Amino acid sequence: MTEFKRMDGRKLTEMRPVAAQVGIIPNADGSAMFKSGKTIAYAAVYGPKEHHPRNQRNPKKGTLRCRYNMISFSVNDRIRPGPSRRSTEISKITEWALAPALMLENFPGMVIDVHINIIQADAGTRCAGINAAAMALAHAGLPMNDMISSVSAGKLDKTLVIDLDKAEEDFEEGEGPTDIPVSMTHSGKVTHLQLDGKINKEELKEAINMAKDACEEIYKIQKEALKNVGKLIEGDKK
Amino acid sequence: MEEISLNSKKIAEYLNEGKRFDNRKPEEFRELSIETGVSLNAEGSARVKLGNTDVIVGVKLATAEPYADSPNKGNFMVSAELSPMSSSRFESGPPKFPVIEFGRVLDRGLRESGFINWEALCIKPGERVWTVFVDIYTINDDGNLMDAAGIGAIAAMKTAKLPAYDEETKKIDYKNPTENPLPLNNVTPIAITAYKIGNKILVDPTREEQDAATARVTIGSSDGIISSVQKGEETPMTPEEMGEAFDLADKAYKEVFKNLEKQIK
Repeated sequence: MTEFKRMDGRKLTEMRPVAAQVGIIPNADGSAMFKSGKTIAYAAVYGPKEHHPRNQRNPKKGTLRCRYNMISFSVNDRIRPGPSRRSTEISKITEWALAPALMLENFPGMVIDVHINIIQADAGTRCAGINAAAMALAHAGLPMNDMISSVSAGKLDKTLVIDLDKAEEDFEEGEGPTDIPVSMTHSGKVTHLQLDGKINKEELKEAINMAKDACEEIYKIQKEALKNVGKLIEGDKK
Repeated sequence: MEEISLNSKKIAEYLNEGKRFDNRKPEEFRELSIETGVSLNAEGSARVKLGNTDVIVGVKLATAEPYADSPNKGNFMVSAELSPMSSSRFESGPPKFPVIEFGRVLDRGLRESGFINWEALCIKPGERVWTVFVDIYTINDDGNLMDAAGIGAIAAMKTAKLPAYDEETKKIDYKNPTENPLPLNNVTPIAITAYKIGNKILVDPTREEQDAATARVTIGSSDGIISSVQKGEETPMTPEEMGEAFDLADKAYKEVFKNLEKQIK
């Protein structure tokens, strides 16, 4: 297992260099940027505000409404602007990942809009989007009972690694790549997990543990960025 | 809305005394910053900040069959997204009139000026040509998105490189850009929009100023040659006001052009 060399020379549990900045969009109630390697996500929060259309209102609690969007030139082959099946699913997954940290019962009948744009994509875009959105929600001053951090765990052939980049996602040797994006509360609860590939349950348990450690590192950056609004915070250089 | 009409009244009153809230002259732009190469998977990209207004523009290239009436010329398309990220006024959903107009006005300015060398975008006459997509995303709206986007389009196009194209397999290798720039001619068609507020004309409005405006005219020109104009909104303008708009746009063009030349190498 120790024989495995990652293409960019990272250690198995090493994330790509991360950076975060809070307060990037003056018009928004809360906003943030999260960068992981070459993947860059922006998030903006508007609300809580009156929920339209009315028939979607929940009289018992507020609604979190996320919109994940990859900008057309964020990847090699231009994406036609507008929602796709993929972006629609990721938008919903993002809502599920973030909602547990929000005290939505404080805002019956209201809606909180979160807009995520992927400016540059090199795998892990949903995780970067969730990390940016979690900071933007906190920056908007919304009451939260926890923070959300997100990272992709993975398996390349038989080796577990953290934070796959695009080249690793396209890895074709042996059992190929398994991608496991995971989001967690800081208290360690899983709010989102998806998996694509081949893995046994022991490995999957281990992958979740690795993701937990990486999320702890991301949490530190998020916290630092929230304490220093407007300042670009970069993770430790390995 | 009440807040907007109060602000608008005050702004118009102030302007009649020859003053803007931020002390700028009518033809004066806010601080302009242009950063290129902001999205690595695009063939060219730029981030433009005009005061607090913030836009990102990217150029993507693809190949396509040419149109029947221009078998040896490339295709060109500008589209914009007034992203809900950039203002609480913008909503997700199918494009509505303002965003369609936005893309079309900029498209005409770039297209009609002779900026693009259409023949050089032809790969094989009648069979294969490059299509140039210019896509605009707004990040923060503090007025005058149109001009910021136009400047971004020029910066992104001027710094774009063609990807490698294999004529045998008809495949594009996006990961290996060539050294060949997008084929452009030596003109720089900057769109400048003049706004009528009360009886005054000015350029580069902040969001509050733009809300107070009752008419606008976008002038696409390069080095004194006007190649596209669009008068927008219901309020009429006298020929004298139109003339004033052209004069202001001309003055603003010179400043913006100097700035653009300095910031993109």
